[in-house]
Amino acid sequence: MSTATIAAETEPIEVVAGTRSQSAFARFTRAILRNRKASAGTVILLILVLLAIFPGVIARDDPEAAIYGQNLGPSAQHLLGTTQLGQDVFSQLIWGTRLTLIVTVVVSALATVISMVIGVSAAYIGGLTDRSLSLLTDIFLIIPTLPLLIVLASYLPPGSVTMIVVLTLTSWAFQARQLRSQGLSLRARDFLSAAKVRGERTSYIIFVEIIPTMTSLIVASFLGLSVFVVGFAAGLQFLGLGNSTELTWGTMLYYAQQGGALEAGNAWWALAPGAAVAFMGAGFALVNYAFDEIGNPALRPVRKRRARTTA
Amino acid sequence: MKYVSRRVGLFLITLWAALTVNFIIPRVMPGNEATAVLATFRDVNPAALHALQIEFGVNVHQNILLTYVQYIGNCLTGQFGLTAQRVPVLTEIISKLPWTLGLVGVTTIIAFAIGTLVGVLGAWRRGGKLDGLLPPMLFIVASFPVFFVGLLLLYVFAVTLNWLPLSSNYSIGLEPSLSLSFIGDVLVHAVLPGLSLVVVTAGLWIYSMRNNMITTLAEDYVKMGRAKGLRSWRIMVDYAARNAILPNLTGFAMQLGYVLGGSILVEYTFSYPGLGYLFYTSTTDHDLPLMQALFLVYTLAVLVCVLLADLATAGLDPRTRDA
Repeated sequence: MSTATIAAETEPIEVVAGTRSQSAFARFTRAILRNRKASAGTVILLILVLLAIFPGVIARDDPEAAIYGQNLGPSAQHLLGTTQLGQDVFSQLIWGTRLTLIVTVVVSALATVISMVIGVSAAYIGGLTDRSLSLLTDIFLIIPTLPLLIVLASYLPPGSVTMIVVLTLTSWAFQARQLRSQGLSLRARDFLSAAKVRGERTSYIIFVEIIPTMTSLIVASFLGLSVFVVGFAAGLQFLGLGNSTELTWGTMLYYAQQGGALEAGNAWWALAPGAAVAFMGAGFALVNYAFDEIGNPALRPVRKRRARTTA
Repeated sequence: MKYVSRRVGLFLITLWAALTVNFIIPRVMPGNEATAVLATFRDVNPAALHALQIEFGVNVHQNILLTYVQYIGNCLTGQFGLTAQRVPVLTEIISKLPWTLGLVGVTTIIAFAIGTLVGVLGAWRRGGKLDGLLPPMLFIVASFPVFFVGLLLLYVFAVTLNWLPLSSNYSIGLEPSLSLSFIGDVLVHAVLPGLSLVVVTAGLWIYSMRNNMITTLAEDYVKMGRAKGLRSWRIMVDYAARNAILPNLTGFAMQLGYVLGGSILVEYTFSYPGLGYLFYTSTTDHDLPLMQALFLVYTLAVLVCVLLADLATAGLDPRTRDA
C-alpha cells in the first residue's frame, strides 16, 4: 500500500487536467475504458440516452392511453403490467426517460456553470468579493435543500421549467466551494501573473486562463450534481410537486403512491420507476467514482503486483 | 476563539438569511396564492390573522420595513399563526417533532458509526475483502433515491413477507404509554423507515471517511508511529482515525440537511406522521403558514447541528484554536 499512498503527495487533480494537448478526448476515452466502474457507468448512461432519443423503438404502446385492463400483472403484452387507469407501465417507463434525463442534464449543467463562475471568481478576485461570495455559498450550503425546494415549488406553477429553476438555484453551492479551493491553489501560478501583466481583463483570466485548466474537476462537479439532481427531481415529483401531466419517472412514482400500487399487489408500477431513477443515479455515480480514481491516483484500487513493478 | 466567533457569526447570518428568504418568497412569487389562502381565515381571532398577514404581506398597508421587523419578531417568539385546521402552527409542530427527532437522530448516529468504522477499517486494509466489497457497493446504494430503497423494503418486508407493518408510527387503537408493549410497537414501526435512511446515508460516511483516512495514512506522523514500533491498532485509532474524523465531523452537520430531506421522503413513503409527513400534507392542503414555519424549523435544526459540530471541532482540533 505504501507505493500507492506516497503518490498522493503529488498534486492530485492536475495529473489529468494540467497538460493541454490535442488528444485530451482520446486520453479521456482510454481512461474510461481502462476503469471498470467508468465503463459500466458509461454503458448505463449511453443506454439511457438512446432510450430518451428513440423510445418508440422499444415501447410501441402509447404511454398515456388508458385502454388496457386495470392493475394487470406483468405479461408478454405488458412487460411491467398496467396502472390503476389501465396504462402500460413499461411504455410509460421508457417514454419517461426523456424528460427525466433532460431535467437532470440541464440542471446539472446550469448549476455547474453557476458554481464555476462563483467559485473561481471568489478564488481569483479575493478580498471582499471572495468573502461575500463564500458567505453566499456557505448560506446555500447550510439551508437544507429539500425543504427549500418544497417551499419554492409550492409557490411556482408546476412543470419542468419550475423544476429546472428551483433545482438549479438550490444545488450549486457544494461544487462552488470545491472549485473555489481548487482556484485558490492555482492563484499564485506564473501563467496567471503573465496574463495579468499582459493587461488581460479579469473576466478573460477567469474564463480563458483558469477555467480550462480545471476541466476534470468541472466534469466531476457535473457528474456529482447529476447523481443528486436525479434523486431530488424525482423526489419532488413523487411528493406531487411536479406537473402531473408530464411523463417522468417522478410523476409515475407519484401516481403509483397515490394509487396504492404496493398494497394493491401492483408492485412493478411503483418499483420500476424507482429502480429507473436508481439506475440513472448509479450510472452517474459510477462514472463519478471512477473519475475520482482517475483524477486522484491515491484513491485507485491497489493492485499489489502491478503497483510494485511499475513503481 | 476567532474560529468560534466566526462560526457563530455564520450561524447568525444564515439564520437571518433563511428568515429573509422565507419573508421574500411569498412576496415575489407570481400569482397570489397567499391572498387566496388568507381569504379563508376570515373567522379567526384578529391577533393570529394579523400575524399571518404580516408573514405573507396581505392587507398590510404599512411600510415594508416595519412589516419585516414585525415578522422577524414574530418568528423569534414562535408566533407562526394558525394552520388550516385553526391550530397554532407551533403546537402542531411540537406535537410531531418527537417522531422525526427519534427517527432521524437514531438512524444518523447508526449510519455515522457504521460509516466511520467501515471507512477506517477499509482504508487500513486497502484492497482487502471489506474494502473491495462494501465501499463501492454502498457508494452506489448511496446514489439510490431514498424513497426507492424505502419502497423496495416496504415491498419485501411489509407486503410480501408481512413481517413488519406497512405504515404509520404505531398500531391503530393502541394508547400511547410507557409500557413495554407500546415501545416495542413503536420500534417495530420504525424499523423500515429507519433502515431506509441508514442504508442510503451510511455509504456517504464510508466514502468520505475512507478518503480522509487514506490521505491521513500517508502523513509523516503515521510513518513516525510505525518507526516507533507502536502497535498497529494504536496507529490506526490514535494517529490516523482521530485526525481523519475531523473533516467528517463538519461534513456530518452539513449532510444533516440531506438526511432531513431524505427523512421527508421516507416519512411520506411510510406515512410516518412526523414533521416530514406534516410538510407533505401542508403542500397538498396549501397550508402556507405551516409549510413556511416547517422550512424554518428544518433550517434551524441544521444550523444548530453545524454550530455544535464547529464547537466540537474547536475542542478536538488545536489548530482551530490559534488560527
